Amino acid sequence: MGEQQNSETMLGGYRALDLTQGAFSICGKLMGDLGADVIKIERPGGDRTRNIGPFYKDIPDPEKSLFWFFLNLNKRSITLDIETDEGSGIFKRLVQTADFVLESFQPGYMDELGLGYGLLEDINPAIIMTSITPFGQTGPYAHYKVKDMIGTAMSGAMHYFRYLDSPPLRLTPLPQFELLGALSGAAGSMVALYYRELTGAGQHVDVSCQQIAAGNIMHGIDVWEWMKVAFRGMGPGQFAARPTGLLYTRMIFPCKDGYVYFMAGGGAQAGLVTSSKRLVEIANRDGMCLELKDLDWSQLDMGAIAQEEWDRIQNSLGDFIRTKTKQELFDEAIANDVILIPTTSIKDVVESPQFKSREFWVEVDHSELGESIAYPGFPIKWTELPPYRPQRRAPLIGEHNSDIYEAELGFSKEELVMLKVQGVI
Amino acid sequence: MKGNKVFDGLKVADFAWVAVGPLVGQLLASFGATVVKVECHRYPDMIRVVGPFKDGISGINRGPFGTLPNANKYGISLDINKPRGQEVAKKLVAWADLVSDSMTPGTMAKWGLDYESCRKIKPDIIYYSTTMMGQHGPLNRFAGYGLQGAAYAGFCELTGLPDREPLTMVTPYTDLIAPQYLIVCVIAALLRRRKTGKGMYFDQSQVEAGITCLAPLVLDYVVNQRIASRMGSRDPYVAPHGTYPCRGVDRWVAIAVSTHQEWRAFCQVIGEPDWTKDPKFATLLARKENEDELDRLIGEWTKDYTAEQIMAMMQDAGVPAGVVETWEDAGNDPQLKHREHFNFLEHKEIGRHAYHSPAFKLSKTPAELRKASPCLGEDNEYVYQEILGLSDDEIAELLAEGAITTEADAPATISGL
Repeated sequence: MGEQQNSETMLGGYRALDLTQGAFSICGKLMGDLGADVIKIERPGGDRTRNIGPFYKDIPDPEKSLFWFFLNLNKRSITLDIETDEGSGIFKRLVQTADFVLESFQPGYMDELGLGYGLLEDINPAIIMTSITPFGQTGPYAHYKVKDMIGTAMSGAMHYFRYLDSPPLRLTPLPQFELLGALSGAAGSMVALYYRELTGAGQHVDVSCQQIAAGNIMHGIDVWEWMKVAFRGMGPGQFAARPTGLLYTRMIFPCKDGYVYFMAGGGAQAGLVTSSKRLVEIANRDGMCLELKDLDWSQLDMGAIAQEEWDRIQNSLGDFIRTKTKQELFDEAIANDVILIPTTSIKDVVESPQFKSREFWVEVDHSELGESIAYPGFPIKWTELPPYRPQRRAPLIGEHNSDIYEAELGFSKEELVMLKVQGVI
Repeated sequence: MKGNKVFDGLKVADFAWVAVGPLVGQLLASFGATVVKVECHRYPDMIRVVGPFKDGISGINRGPFGTLPNANKYGISLDINKPRGQEVAKKLVAWADLVSDSMTPGTMAKWGLDYESCRKIKPDIIYYSTTMMGQHGPLNRFAGYGLQGAAYAGFCELTGLPDREPLTMVTPYTDLIAPQYLIVCVIAALLRRRKTGKGMYFDQSQVEAGITCLAPLVLDYVVNQRIASRMGSRDPYVAPHGTYPCRGVDRWVAIAVSTHQEWRAFCQVIGEPDWTKDPKFATLLARKENEDELDRLIGEWTKDYTAEQIMAMMQDAGVPAGVVETWEDAGNDPQLKHREHFNFLEHKEIGRHAYHSPAFKLSKTPAELRKASPCLGEDNEYVYQEILGLSDDEIAELLAEGAITTEADAPATISGL
């Protein structure tokens, strides 16, 4: 596998030892995307993340987890049991030449193994240790067990997230709580890296997924404080808090072949005024929404309008939307500055001309499967350096043991056999 | 570097509006960067016109929604549509290390502030553009926000109950994802510039950033032709997994049982009722097949306890469970308090109110939120005089021409939602 030259990538030349598991692994992936040498450290036999579906052709095999494939793209991997003395010793050797240690264990676990930040700092004062956990390293909930949805719930970001008549609901069937926390961890790691470039000193980056998830509630703390308003359910729309009482604005409208996202609006939001006006014009052409023809959206007082009147206006627009397909509506929207967009299925996403045109999809060679697979690429384009290209597919179990242990650390083949038999690697 | 501020001395000309671009600037400012936010009374940033407003009185400086991404920044009022305004903007670029942009493609170019123009002013400038769809492509001019972005990335279709409409995101969810990617890239560019002396231009698609958080499902479609669909609060691979009603009004607990041990512990906590011994619920596969009944039975137990009690009992037994917190709960959350997450800062018109802290704590260089988001033009004097070195006469001229705007230029009514 060809390594890109250090000077050809953003983070070429930096190395991360990646102990994270599950969805937390997207942190190291981001670094690997930008050219860092990310070495995944799995327990002997393979990380349990490899048992998470979906699977390639629905074959539940630890070398075929699509979840693993994406989150560990652009990484190499070694097997190592850091709970053994020998394994811990090997890990410390690797820390000597690493820039980052990424981990997502229960707070205290690394300390118990004698691998906490203080000790790693002694080995390598420049090491940046990034610990990504649901709540952070300390505090009353630091040892709570959470999984995705539960963390989101405990961030205040779930309670209002439902229909008017349903329980609170989960945000997609994927672990968004861990994914967003880990992405935030990558950002934090880079802040620490910048400090290190100035001073030579590494530090400990203590990431709380709960804090970034709490970002979802936006100004909710103030709203509650001022108005003692607790929204109950949003469904396909949204409540706005105002002194005259909550105002519900629908945002997801059924159309002929699915749903579109459209928000009517007025007052000082110039974009929404134009958008709403133009949609009415489009509807008028079809003989619909005629009663809205002369509505001056810029004069709509969103702070005072009654829910009944707002509903009448929205229902009228909804009736028109119902008569068209996603594509018809979207084509009209783009041509007329209407802020309306289809709610896409995964299929729509993959087929969208926009992402194709930006060359967002990248082919990843999976020679072990006999084919290449199109993956989501990197969401940012840059100048000066070659465009994003995946370095390598996600690693097989122990795939780079020889590269690291033999070529780098100088173990002989016989020694590796012994370490394997002992369960160290 | 003064004290322990990572980005002390780093200068950002923050032309970006709404959320993603400004959030990047706020993160840098939280760690010591000097960030100047450029706004205009005539065309207030959309976030400033969204309510609720302090004391129910609307105003471009009275809504906390408008303060979310701008803590620690200096705010100036400048009309870049005017030639003299553009001149001043260019002076700001000459001062800056970083320039942010979130306008519809072409807008900054119209103002002579696109990357190539800025490069002429400052050859090593690092410039980041972030929009919903990115700078190019058939949809590049689609002017939407994070809510639309999340919808187009596929989040809505995957959220809600299977037999009902998709849920709106409520939060513009891609607005939280996109800045993380951008921060990583911007800092990498800063480091590269230290070594090479060269700047860089970034073009972000916020929707693409969102898609990366759906990637396993994308691969499931690409490889297996499976189109993922919404499944309420369920998980494809575990049961029970959901939210259950508790004692009190509109109180819920979230519970997820992944392993056999957790299931055994869960059954113990709920008192080993007979139904847990039924083969219908003995294995994961069986629970999946009888999930409706499972959820109903669990709900019959949970309704007699408070969410807090259930969370405590379950956590003691090693079962993942948590209170579905309201905004009030979040404001009182002991863990968020321990992390000092909500920072209360004194805003000139709103008074003391809450700001979110960064989600990561750095052991040697802590973040510091010290200044509330600026009112529009609040820091004109400081920026124009101290940073840009404009004379009193120059400033007076700019005011007279309307290149520097004042409250008098703001829209008459902004009774936004």
